[in-house]
Amino acid sequence: MALLEVRDLEVYYGVIQALKGISFDVNEGEIVTLIGANGAGKTTTMHSIMGLIPVKHGSVTYEGQLINKVPSHKIVKLGMTQVPEGRHIFQELTVYDNLLLGGYIENDMKKIKADIEDVYSRFPRLKERHSQIAGTLSGGEQQMLAMGRAMMSHPKLLMLDEPSMGLAPILVDQIFEIIKEFNKSGTTILLVEQNAGKALEIADHAYVLENGKIVLSGTGAELAASDEVKKAYLGG
Amino acid sequence: MSTFIDGLSLGSIYALIALGYTMVYGIAKMLNFAHGDIIMVGSYAILTTLLMNGHPVLAIIAAVVICTALGVLIEKLAYKPLRGASPLAVLITAIGVSYFLQSVAQLIFGAQTHPISLVHFPPVVIGGVTISVSAIISLVVGALIMTLLTLFIKFTKLGRAMIAVSEDRAAAKLMGINVNMIIMVTFAIGSALAAFASTFYVMQIPNTSPTLGSMPGIKAFTAAVIGGIGSIPGAMLGGVLMGVVEKISLSIPVLAPYTTALEFSLLIIILLVKPTGLLGKKRREKV
Ligand SMILES: Nc1ncnc2c1ncn2[C@@H]1O[C@H](COP(=O)(O)OP(=O)(O)OP(=O)(O)O)[C@@H](O)[C@H]1O
Ligand SMILES: [Mg+2]
Repeated sequence: MALLEVRDLEVYYGVIQALKGISFDVNEGEIVTLIGANGAGKTTTMHSIMGLIPVKHGSVTYEGQLINKVPSHKIVKLGMTQVPEGRHIFQELTVYDNLLLGGYIENDMKKIKADIEDVYSRFPRLKERHSQIAGTLSGGEQQMLAMGRAMMSHPKLLMLDEPSMGLAPILVDQIFEIIKEFNKSGTTILLVEQNAGKALEIADHAYVLENGKIVLSGTGAELAASDEVKKAYLGG
Repeated sequence: MSTFIDGLSLGSIYALIALGYTMVYGIAKMLNFAHGDIIMVGSYAILTTLLMNGHPVLAIIAAVVICTALGVLIEKLAYKPLRGASPLAVLITAIGVSYFLQSVAQLIFGAQTHPISLVHFPPVVIGGVTISVSAIISLVVGALIMTLLTLFIKFTKLGRAMIAVSEDRAAAKLMGINVNMIIMVTFAIGSALAAFASTFYVMQIPNTSPTLGSMPGIKAFTAAVIGGIGSIPGAMLGGVLMGVVEKISLSIPVLAPYTTALEFSLLIIILLVKPTGLLGKKRREKV
């Protein structure tokens, strides 16, 4: 049994069908990536898994439990969270307060503080800026904060929606290194990326989404070698 | 001088009410038009307790308990089912709730004005200035409540979650925050503050009627917009400003008849100069 099983997922925005029945698995310990053009339905997939938008048909099963109708805040407690597209840090709060909120489901303040220290050791930049208002951080720092904040809830499965969006190449490399590290320390990853080349490089499994449907799947290496993927997503 | 103190005192009443509008707006993203009527309900809770020979302190407690429970109930029955509905539908519902509360009050207590004698303090004279003790009490207790609220929001986990929900509801959910619970708490706090406002209001103007809440409600709402709707310090500042302007204007014979017009003009002038209100922030567009 996979950690996350998505079956025949259909999602609508009003009358428009954004997901037309997609199925995929995320096995424990893996890095799985979803790639696809703008508007293919990648964000919609993540949001519907997290319960942020309602599922019309199909099922989402996490650790054997059907979670279609479970509210988002309870899904976080089950051990799954998301670093949303565009980061969505709390702009008017400090870096430290953002991290405290990341640890919202933990009640032991000692543990929360230790976790914050842990985030700071992974991201020394954040430590230097712990009392800065988050909205004034640079794009890269905001991404680090969003990732650090998500780690505060100790997710078993972390979903990242375009974490490298808008970042300079050197930062992109850094973000991918961090994702690999998260994964090595035991976090299962579901990754959505525009940067298909890099995503396929680190992925155990990959799925290509087109117009709300999965059109290709395979290991990261297989898809990276596929002609169709090369043409459509890797710039030839 | 005493006019100024009266103004501050009335201002703290407006501020307490304005906080309810602004917190609900910031966190639940809706205008709770029935908020003013919570004040009216509070005044009848005080009246009823006093008529049953209850102690004034008991009357105040009754007002706080009943208003808080009512605020939570209204949210659960009227607004929660509309989560995600169009803002217009929510606004019309809120107006409906307002009329409903006024009608129920009229059904139970009649349309006439009832006198309420909660407490009576003789005014004191300090250095030749006559000062109303109830004004001082509203001012001091009002300031204390607002300080506690500010500390609560800044330094507690629940307060931080309230800020998170007001800033970004989806991101708050991803932190494991139960947004429905936070909205309920917000209604509870807003309604409790309204109960205190109600207490101070009947201390100064000792009577009530089913439409008691309309005028302070609409003025406090104006104050919340002047301060920047959604901003907690803004609601406090706006409320105090309204109260002071009202009392000063009333004390000047040529201006007195135009006081209400003046207060609402204040809104127009401030919004012309600063469309987001005095302390309101422009919402950053989401990326
Ligand atoms: N809130 C919404 N209301 C209506 N339609 C929406 C909404 N959000 C997304 N859509 C539509 O659903 C489809 C899938 O959008 P989605 O955001 O999931 O794409 P995506 O693959 O994440 O794209 P991108 O790479 O640009 O982030 C698109 O056609 C989009 O226009
Ligand atoms: Mg997207």
